[in-house]
Amino acid sequence: MRPHDEENVSAAPDGAPPGEQPHWRRQFPIDVAEDEYRSRRDFTKLLGLTSLAFVSGQGFIIAQSITKKSEGPLPEIDVAALDELEVGMAKVFQYPHEGNACVLVRISEDNFVAYGQKCTHLSCPVIPKPRDGKFYCPCHNGSFDLHTGRPLAGPPRRALPKVTLKMANGRIIATGLEHGVV
Amino acid sequence: MPVSELLEFFVDPARCIGCNACVQACSECDTHKGHSMIQLDMIDQAHSTQTVPVICMHCDSPTCAEVCPADAIKKTADGVVQSARKPRCIACNNCVLACPFGVPKMNTETHLMMKCDMCYDRSSVGKKPMCASVCPSQALFFGTREEIARLRPRSRAVNAFQFGNQTITTKVNMMVPNYAAADCIDVTGSMHGTVIGNQIDASVLYQGIETGESHHAST
Repeated sequence: MRPHDEENVSAAPDGAPPGEQPHWRRQFPIDVAEDEYRSRRDFTKLLGLTSLAFVSGQGFIIAQSITKKSEGPLPEIDVAALDELEVGMAKVFQYPHEGNACVLVRISEDNFVAYGQKCTHLSCPVIPKPRDGKFYCPCHNGSFDLHTGRPLAGPPRRALPKVTLKMANGRIIATGLEHGVV
Repeated sequence: MPVSELLEFFVDPARCIGCNACVQACSECDTHKGHSMIQLDMIDQAHSTQTVPVICMHCDSPTCAEVCPADAIKKTADGVVQSARKPRCIACNNCVLACPFGVPKMNTETHLMMKCDMCYDRSSVGKKPMCASVCPSQALFFGTREEIARLRPRSRAVNAFQFGNQTITTKVNMMVPNYAAADCIDVTGSMHGTVIGNQIDASVLYQGIETGESHHAST
């Protein structure tokens, strides 16, 4: 609200000073200087500058992602022993860091798969359903293919990130993350 | 840029010859092309040729702005009451009904009130308003007080009008004869019981001659 300048206020018809006038006179001022008027042009300018700020913010994010140094190869983490899981069983582990839950599933005698457990829709943990050949997200009925991580049904549109595995000395070792593609 | 404080508008109805030049000039203004904001009033067409150009008087406390529910009519710091703001005007006609001088006009095609703004685009840069620039008898005069005093030695400027119990002071001046005693023009008083037409001619002329003669006699 503009500062109220009593000297430049037009006298009311009853001749009383501005201080004694009813409150609505402040909201319906007669003088241009007292009025809070935003022209269409000013408003459009505001909109333009705001969107420009958003665009430059996006540019900054893009520039940051280009110039950011990669963190190097992900660590290799021992997940489980080969004979720890039976076919059709799963194990949740943290990879590459604590707090990033992944799930390892033994889909056949000599075939293991592991994916990030966060649903790509709204980050609910997905539940492996090896019998149906899919991961199921109960939040919004999303499904992912067990073998590829691709979304099958429901709201998710991106595949689950795949954890690359290798087997050595009877152990299953996570070696990296492949971010899913559509 | 505001209108210079030195430049004032003077309306001298006694000099109006009813040529309609002001009306035409007003409608040629770029800001409201085709719509004249001036009305040429016939006082009593049956009995008199007297005409009066009605322009906005730019009241110090503008009734049009007082009654506007949409906050569309505003007065600039130089005292000029501006035409309604287009995005705000709701075409409610309040100002048209409320103005004591009958100045605001409703444009029903565009749903916008338009009124005389003393040609703000011109007067704010020191030019005369369109009507004053064309008036052949200078019944509409825009200039300094010194100029009007030199040009109209027998008249003086009055800017107070009485409407019933309300006195309205305006930015625009009305020229009255020097011999007129009143300091303000009693508009409603003159509408009640006062003479019009032939009768007004007689009484006003009589008063003028009488005062004029005594004035001459004393000098």
